[in-house]
Amino acid sequence: MSSIRSALANARGMGSAKSGVGHWWAQRVSAVALVPLTLWFVACLASQLGADYASVTEWLSSPLQASLLAIYLAAIFYHSQLGLQVIIEDYVHTESIKMASLIVLQLANILLAVAAIFSVIMILVGAAG
Amino acid sequence: MSRQVNRPLSPHLQIYRWQISMLTSIAHRASGMVLSVGSIFLALWLIAAANGPEAFAGINGFAGSWFGQLLMFGWSFALFYHLCNGIRHLVWDVGVGLDLETARLTGYVAIGVAAALTLFVWIWAFIA
Repeated sequence: MSSIRSALANARGMGSAKSGVGHWWAQRVSAVALVPLTLWFVACLASQLGADYASVTEWLSSPLQASLLAIYLAAIFYHSQLGLQVIIEDYVHTESIKMASLIVLQLANILLAVAAIFSVIMILVGAAG
Repeated sequence: MSRQVNRPLSPHLQIYRWQISMLTSIAHRASGMVLSVGSIFLALWLIAAANGPEAFAGINGFAGSWFGQLLMFGWSFALFYHLCNGIRHLVWDVGVGLDLETARLTGYVAIGVAAALTLFVWIWAFIA
C-alpha cells in the first residue's frame, strides 16, 4: 500500500504520535517479563500465607529468590508507570495538571521501586532490623 | 474550550449495550489501577520487613486482618485477571485471535481462568 507520508517521515518511523513505538514496546516487554514472574511470586506468597518474619527473611536470604523479587519489583513499577501514564494522558486534559500528575507519577514510582529493591537487598545481606 | 461545539458527540458509556469486549477492556484498565495501589502495599510490606520484626508485625497483622484479607483477595483476582487478559492482548499483538467470535470467546476464557486461579491459589494458601 502506498503511503501519503513523506519519505523522511517513513524513514523516521515516528507515526502520528511523533514519538514512535517506544512506549508501546516497553509496555509489551515488561508484560512478557511479568507473566512468569507473577506466577512465581504468587506461588511464593501462597505457600507462606500469614508467614512470620523469620520465614520471609529466610525466603529472601536466597540470592536467586532475592534477585527474582528485585527484577519483579522493577518490572512491576515500570509497567505500572507506563500504564498509569496512559490513563492520565487519556483523562486529564488540563495541561498543567496533566504535567504535574505525570511528574509525580514517575517520581513516586522510582521512589517506591528503589525503596522496595533496597529493602530486598537489606534482607538478603542480613542488614534488616 | 469555551467555544460552542455543535457537532454530534460520542454517546456516553451508559448508552452502549454492554458486551464482553468492552467489559474486558474496561476491566483491564481498572484492574491495572487496582494493582498499582497493590504495588504500593507490596513496597510498604518489604520496607517494613527491612525495618525489623516489630515494623513487619504491624503491616503483616493488617494483612492478616479480615479487611487485609479482603484486600488481598481483591488484589489476587485483579492480578490474575490482568495477567490472563494481558496474555490475550499479547496474542492479539502478534495478529492472532482478532476475529469477533474468537475475541468474544477468549474474553470469557480470561475471566473464567482468572476466577479459577484466584480460587485455586486461596485454597492452596489455606491448606499449605
